[in-house]
Amino acid sequence: MKPTDDKNPEYFHKVVDCQYACPAHTPVPEYIRLIAAGKYTEAYMVNWESNVFPGILGRTCDRPCEPACRRGRIEEEPVAICRLKRVAADHKDDVKSLMPNAPFESNGKRIALIGGGPASLTVARDLAPLGYEIHLYDEQFAGGGMMRTQIPSFRLPIEVLDEEVNYILDMGIHVHFNQYVSSLEEILDKEYDAVFIGTGSPKGRDLIIPGRQEAAKNIHIGVDWLASVAFEHTHKIGKKVIVLGGGNTAMDCCRTSRRLGGEDVKVVVRSPFKEMKASPWEKEDAIHEDILILDNHVPKQFIVENGKLIGMTFEKVHAVINEKGKRALVPTGEPKVFIEADDVLVAIGLENTFTWIENETGVRFDEWGMPVVDATTFQSTNPHVFFGGDAAFGAKNVITAVAHGHQAAISIDLFCKEKDLSQRPSPFTNLVSQKMGIHEWSYDSDIVNDHRFIVPHAPKKTTLADRKIEVELGFDIQTAVKEAHRCLNCDVQTVFEKDRCIECDACVDICPTACITFTMNGEEDDLRARLKAPALNLTQDLYVSDTLPTKRVMVKDEDVCLHCGLCAERCPTSAWDMQQFLYKVTKAC
Amino acid sequence: MTYIRSTFRHPGLPKNELGYTTKEYEGAISTLCAGCGHDSISGCIIQACYELSIAPHRIAKLSGIGCSSKTPTYFLGNSHGFNSVHGRMPSVATGANMANRDLVYMGVSGDGDTASIGMGQFVHVIRRNLNMVYIVMNNGCYGLTKGQDSATADEGSKSKKGSANPFQPVDLAGLALELGATFVAQSFSGDKEQLIPLVKAAIEHPGFAFINVISPCVTFNNNPGSTKSYDYVRQHIEATATTDFVPEEKEITTSYKNGTGTDIRMHDGSYIRLEKLAANRDPYDRMAAIIALHNSRNRNEILTGLLYIQPQSTDLHHTIQTSNRPLNSLGQDELCPGSSVLEGVNGELR
Repeated sequence: MKPTDDKNPEYFHKVVDCQYACPAHTPVPEYIRLIAAGKYTEAYMVNWESNVFPGILGRTCDRPCEPACRRGRIEEEPVAICRLKRVAADHKDDVKSLMPNAPFESNGKRIALIGGGPASLTVARDLAPLGYEIHLYDEQFAGGGMMRTQIPSFRLPIEVLDEEVNYILDMGIHVHFNQYVSSLEEILDKEYDAVFIGTGSPKGRDLIIPGRQEAAKNIHIGVDWLASVAFEHTHKIGKKVIVLGGGNTAMDCCRTSRRLGGEDVKVVVRSPFKEMKASPWEKEDAIHEDILILDNHVPKQFIVENGKLIGMTFEKVHAVINEKGKRALVPTGEPKVFIEADDVLVAIGLENTFTWIENETGVRFDEWGMPVVDATTFQSTNPHVFFGGDAAFGAKNVITAVAHGHQAAISIDLFCKEKDLSQRPSPFTNLVSQKMGIHEWSYDSDIVNDHRFIVPHAPKKTTLADRKIEVELGFDIQTAVKEAHRCLNCDVQTVFEKDRCIECDACVDICPTACITFTMNGEEDDLRARLKAPALNLTQDLYVSDTLPTKRVMVKDEDVCLHCGLCAERCPTSAWDMQQFLYKVTKAC
Repeated sequence: MTYIRSTFRHPGLPKNELGYTTKEYEGAISTLCAGCGHDSISGCIIQACYELSIAPHRIAKLSGIGCSSKTPTYFLGNSHGFNSVHGRMPSVATGANMANRDLVYMGVSGDGDTASIGMGQFVHVIRRNLNMVYIVMNNGCYGLTKGQDSATADEGSKSKKGSANPFQPVDLAGLALELGATFVAQSFSGDKEQLIPLVKAAIEHPGFAFINVISPCVTFNNNPGSTKSYDYVRQHIEATATTDFVPEEKEITTSYKNGTGTDIRMHDGSYIRLEKLAANRDPYDRMAAIIALHNSRNRNEILTGLLYIQPQSTDLHHTIQTSNRPLNSLGQDELCPGSSVLEGVNGELR
């Protein structure tokens, strides 16, 4: 193998698994260390800079970081990254003075943002301090988009949402609420310098099977129903409720039903339990609230008696891998299952709707009805129009929308300055030694054996009685500090300097997880098999040095490195050093 | 501040025949200087015992005093151990071995512990051919007392302060050969590929197995001008052959051209495989080994590898016809057979 180019910022970035997995590349270990040090405000600001909504995401994020967490490869559970983020938000002091505060000197450019969700708000936050005049359009009475309509209050209190949305709106954003944009042409006619579309995927997919029309009164589309609950239009539901679908919307629907009078609430899903799209913790929370999840049931018919819905029939299936290697649901041949229901909530997927974008605007759509958008610049086929969030590539999650918003803001800024959009700014990186003494590092390098701590919940009786009472209470500070210590500080990199190495093997002997091997070089497959412990996780890179005096190379398998610093402590010549790697995605602001 | 080694291990660590990973053969975290050659030797002992699938409780590790003699704390934490008096490890090893012949005896010593204060013990344990492994971690200086020249420091070798050693060194491997040791090897702590098979072979050898390991002292004897520094040793090393240890169940398929290799059959059916053996080298020829050692020294080279072996050696138990069973397995009747037996013994002496 060729020697690893550790000057390429992406190499060490990839070692910080959580940050690399995060769409917005939030410097996770950095803020976890700040939390452990009691610096909640600073931890909040690290988050805010990167993901804009720490309080909201600390409760509702899809957490792509956690399955990536190295801790999960060493013991059972990853660090509770998401809930630590919430700790920063819960315990911070004043942060407003640390944010850019309006008024900003105008640069004479005007930008329209369609939709008031996380993508648009991120664009607004990045561009407003640069002097752009931002006009935000939304059909609701307040900002937040689907964070307001789709996430129930028992998961995200309205005050938290308002606080973080208002940090942005207070930057002198011109809001046009209660204004549904029905024509992109009209917006373009107002001669904005650029238009950003962050309208999400607002339409719930319907289920057209026999009985749908007859029972229409008691069948609700999940997203619409959740919005109607959020806006206080809907206050109750029948005692027996079926929720169709296996995603997070289905979980929010069933749990909201339990709070609006649903006593016997069942989630019925086509796929096997394990394959459900809902996050594991959301399924757990639903089950905890006495909700039954029935998998492998395909809905067949709404049953109506005397003009009223009485239930549904389902066909039982099981998952089979067919010849093409694809998973298929095959009927088991058992008799159809009837389940009683007073109301049915359909939460089987989200769709985009762009009927308001006219052909004349020059914004082209692909065969699936999605806009043609550049994956890097987020620019559409009309150079003035940019997309982001669910509107760009279909339904994902808040953190992805934020990441899109940052990139779109960069593009809009470049576009308004008539620069090349493909020339993206390089990330900000910094690599600093953490050595304080022979056995001292400026980070907590000892590895604790603690298992993941559980976030306490409010009593079920209380939370089921009022849909606005938050279920999760968040970590108290003592538990948060303990959980923070589970972080392995993957951003403190093991940096190897070949020219200093005397090949004494001290690092090989001390490494608890057998990451380091000195051996003859070879092709990657060959090398992976020859290491002290075979490097079977192909998603993790090998760190390979140039040839040493004995003709061997140093090979480090990054997979289960604990970043404990013992290699560097046992190195007599400081060929190994622990250096903190800070990687920040460059923003427009 | 960390002086703590995590208890997490690589989840994919390979297991030996006993189902153990190397973790079961590790000891406490080393308190020796960072980069000490001794730690590498400890690593080799761990790896050798793991690869031979020796149950840790079947090993006894013994040592005297010195940096080297601290190392048994850092390997084989699940084995028996005795950290004895300075230079007296051979006596304790002899006693333990006489009492229980079933254990593997791993003696660890240093150049001071062996070539100075323990010289008397060392030569006699060789003479007696006690069945044990005797590893000298040889750094040519007294590291524990700030690096004074030891008895194995080469003449002219420079200390950290720049003064040259005026005295002739004791050549421990040469001495062992002279005194009739049945297994003599020399190696370098920075060459695990050579040292691990040598340690394995030494464990399997049914008699006194001596390995002199050059082990640089990074703190006091790794300076330019020293003949025991990493750089000097790497530049002056001369291997007799590449050594491999082949467990008995593996069939030998390679055949060597004349003078390029040989397999040494051990008493238990395993083999020591020597490859790229120089044409005139014969590992069974003690005289040739002594001459080769002298020639290397004249060329300022350090001869490493297996220097000499006598595979069918007669150890102390055979020589003095001791009990075949460990003393701790003998019952009262056998240990104290009564006055009639005593009468008989006394009668023979009258």
